[in-house]
Amino acid sequence: MGDTLLAAATVPDLITFVVAAAFVLLGAVGVVTSRNAVHAALSLVLTLFGVAVLFVEQHADFLAAVQVIVYAGAIVVLFLFVIMFLGVDRLEDVEAEPLRGQRPLAFLLVAIALGGVVALFINAHWVTGAHSVAGSTTAGHHSNVYLLGKSVFTTYLFAFEATAGLLVTAVVGAVVLARRPPGPLTDADGAEAVEEAGAGTLDDTPTDHEGAPR
Amino acid sequence: MSISGEWYLGLAAVLFAIGAIGLLVRRNVLVMFMCIELMLNAANLTFVTFSRVLHDIGGQAAVFFVLVVAAAEVVVGLGIVVAIFRRRASTTADDLHSLKG
Repeated sequence: MGDTLLAAATVPDLITFVVAAAFVLLGAVGVVTSRNAVHAALSLVLTLFGVAVLFVEQHADFLAAVQVIVYAGAIVVLFLFVIMFLGVDRLEDVEAEPLRGQRPLAFLLVAIALGGVVALFINAHWVTGAHSVAGSTTAGHHSNVYLLGKSVFTTYLFAFEATAGLLVTAVVGAVVLARRPPGPLTDADGAEAVEEAGAGTLDDTPTDHEGAPR
Repeated sequence: MSISGEWYLGLAAVLFAIGAIGLLVRRNVLVMFMCIELMLNAANLTFVTFSRVLHDIGGQAAVFFVLVVAAAEVVVGLGIVVAIFRRRASTTADDLHSLKG
């Protein structure tokens, strides 16, 4: 099935796909296996760039740009900022397994799920139904940005407005969550944990007012 | 002529599986978030592939919304991590067993 279609691809396309796919998988494995959270975040950047290349390869130019700007530019920086802010960039023992049998079970379940998906798309005729329900990707030789923008602002206008509400809610929620509550913390053993960890990991204020139970 | 869609879908499936394994195996909450991002990216790759194969711009619009939701999810999730760290001084999921009923 793949051989005949692969033969139709040009050599540059093939090289681009293989290299980008290698970067994607290398980065993904790096995220899962690296002991240091900062290294995991940098591996995530590798994967995100690989996916952006694959978007360009499939003529989704606008999404590739957004992928780099939003994901690699904003989300990964946010991750790194939190890692540095919390001071948790120390090594994690990835060998430890507190729940017995968790790891084999995880691999088994994921293998079953992956096998199911692969079996599905080997057996399925996956081009079904009508083409271009929401508008063609190639209509009238307009650019990708034009077509995507037209689709988002007409067919998907309600969803687009709903994302505005979602973003406002998320911003307000993040501010409320990150705000330091006035007065001492009420969680008794949590307060001890903060006290044990020392004030230096959180900020420079002394622990005596926030370590004391109410 | 580009690479056929099956190869992209296979790559996306493998990427999703790696992300799922990471989410199940790792205990650092931040790394678990990154694994969720891997899975979202696998879904995005699938959307874009079907968009190209079916000549339908709707797949790319879906990716656009997935990006927005992912950004909101990361913002709120990291806010929760920071709030928990204030009380617990730890980002390991096992240390949150007090959430058990």
